[in-house]
Amino acid sequence: MADPLLQLEGIVKEYGEAVRTRALDGVDVALHSGEFVALIGPSGSGKSTLLNVIGLLDRPSAGRVVLAGTETTSLDDAALTKLRGRTLGFVFQFHHLLPGFTALENVMLPEWGDLGHGSAELRKRGEEALTAVGLERRMHHTPSQLSGGEAQRVAIARALSRRPALLLADEPTGNLDTVSANEVFDLLRDFNRRLQTTCLIVTHDPRIADRCDRVIQIVNGRIVAPEP
Amino acid sequence: MPFEWFVALRYIREARGQTALILAAVSVGVAVIVFLSALIGGLEVSLIDKTLGSQPHVTLHEPRETARPLVEPSPTLAIAREIQPSPQRLRSIDQWPSVLREAEETDGVTAASPMVTGPGFAVRSNATSPIVVLGVDPERFVAIIDVPRKILRGRFEAGGGRVSIGSTLASDLGAEVGDRIHVSTTEGVDDVVTVAGIFMLGNEAVDRTWVLTSLRHAQSLYALPGGATTIELKVADVFQAEQVAVALHDRTGLDADSWMTLNAELLAGLSAQSGSKSLIQFFVVLAVALGIASVLIVSVVQKSREIGILRAVGTPRHRILWVFLIQGGLLGLVGSFAGCALGAFLARGVEGASTNPDGSARFLVQLTPQLFLYTSLLATGVGLLSAVIPAVRASRLDPATSIRNG
Ligand SMILES: Nc1ncnc2c1ncn2[C@@H]1O[C@H](COP(=O)(O)OP(=O)(O)OP(=O)(O)O)[C@@H](O)[C@H]1O
Ligand SMILES: [Mg+2]
Repeated sequence: MADPLLQLEGIVKEYGEAVRTRALDGVDVALHSGEFVALIGPSGSGKSTLLNVIGLLDRPSAGRVVLAGTETTSLDDAALTKLRGRTLGFVFQFHHLLPGFTALENVMLPEWGDLGHGSAELRKRGEEALTAVGLERRMHHTPSQLSGGEAQRVAIARALSRRPALLLADEPTGNLDTVSANEVFDLLRDFNRRLQTTCLIVTHDPRIADRCDRVIQIVNGRIVAPEP
Repeated sequence: MPFEWFVALRYIREARGQTALILAAVSVGVAVIVFLSALIGGLEVSLIDKTLGSQPHVTLHEPRETARPLVEPSPTLAIAREIQPSPQRLRSIDQWPSVLREAEETDGVTAASPMVTGPGFAVRSNATSPIVVLGVDPERFVAIIDVPRKILRGRFEAGGGRVSIGSTLASDLGAEVGDRIHVSTTEGVDDVVTVAGIFMLGNEAVDRTWVLTSLRHAQSLYALPGGATTIELKVADVFQAEQVAVALHDRTGLDADSWMTLNAELLAGLSAQSGSKSLIQFFVVLAVALGIASVLIVSVVQKSREIGILRAVGTPRHRILWVFLIQGGLLGLVGSFAGCALGAFLARGVEGASTNPDGSARFLVQLTPQLFLYTSLLATGVGLLSAVIPAVRASRLDPATSIRNG
């Protein structure tokens, strides 16, 4: 089997100075290209923390993160930012769009710095991404003019417009009604099939977990075998 | 448009109320600076103009004679004595034509005029006035003091038995253009001359005493054939006058007085004025800087979640830094435009409100392009500088924490 896209070894994450919370307690995880994986576990078990570590937003207290063949422990902030921009896409529970910018601008923002606003290619890609999530008629709406499901689809378009190797989604459907939640999930599944985008999705919803290729369960900061 | 500019502009536009308030504050600050500088600059120029309208920049003459004792005291000889200041005779500058040439060739000197000047009396019917006779080469003298422009009646003439006199002297003597007056000097020489022109230089002492005649005529009035008692100079930069004077003194051994030493009090006043201007400017700049900084710090706090998202999707720190630096610089720049307009408007208002009896402006405020440029640069720089702390804070935000707490 080929090298995994993501390899975590012995990840420990502690918070706090005086009172120490061990949010992750020796986590080993490997994700392979094209996998569609659910991450489940009770509240406070460390799911978001794990996603932040994988997303290079947070450094582990101990352990190694190897992403796309790059050992990240020794990288400085600028290099992490670059690697993050190139290989990762994020979708959060609360869509996290910038309120002052239109849907299209939100989608274009990640690459704006490198390509410039005037870039026709960037614009085209942004429009394609929004069309792909079915929002071709909402491009110039601001987040406040969008429904929760639409906003979450914009966030997915933003995450996917750069064709990331790994998409990290923290409860992407947690805030949506069943219909919108299904739409969003189907969208992710569809991208995974068509573009081979690896997805790691945090969810509380067992019906969603059931529809994934694999389920990773975390309890008290440790990976446990999923219940049958 | 680059990313940083686009986001900065959007943020400024988004925070409409805050932006308007801080722009107003910057404008008021800039207006105060522009207004004060224009006003003080105007006063300064008008005071100096007035002073130099009837005064050369540098005057060269022979050193004053000091009384020299005939016998020096020695260890064996004690002397009781009273030294009396020797009476000053008019003395010609030794070899004045070569001194004149040398002065003209000195760096910074733009004009030089030799003259014989001395005291005397003017008499007309039963009026007598003390006068100062200035024997000049009219063409050279006009380059130093622009008398023709200040002629009230008649025309500027000096020579051939015709003279120009000050306006107060004219009225003291009851003399009009074409009238003849009697001139007598301390050398005991008398002559009769015709008034060709009456001038007003605006300096009362000058207008009350000056009689301008030809160099040759004054030489004969003071029994100094071929002599010149003083050489007057004009320099390119009036504030370099003292330096030129010192240089000429060293080279010629003559006494060299600049207008600056003769008007030390005026200059001290002007420098005190500009000192207080700097102080006010400093405090205004400080207030503006604190205002911009506090608005931006609030904005960074409000936007910390957005900054976290931008960082999460791959925006490097330095771009976040610039987003806020640009905001600070823009607030300074835009505020300075409005402030320059407001300050100029106020300055013009004051200029218009303070007029001479004849309706002309008492002084002209100095609204120069340099002032606007300087103030705009200052405001932009202050904006940039005061954005440094908020910008650094924004760029250092931890993306995970700010998304979580946002
Ligand atoms: N920045 C932080 N500082 C201190 N403690 C933290 C921090 N982030 C997380 N924790 C703690 O780490 C533990 C795991 O938190 P985490 O957010 O990863 O849980 P989670 O599985 O995502 O929970 P939920 O399902 O409620 O989102 C919790 O006990 C939490 O209080
Ligand atoms: Mg969580």
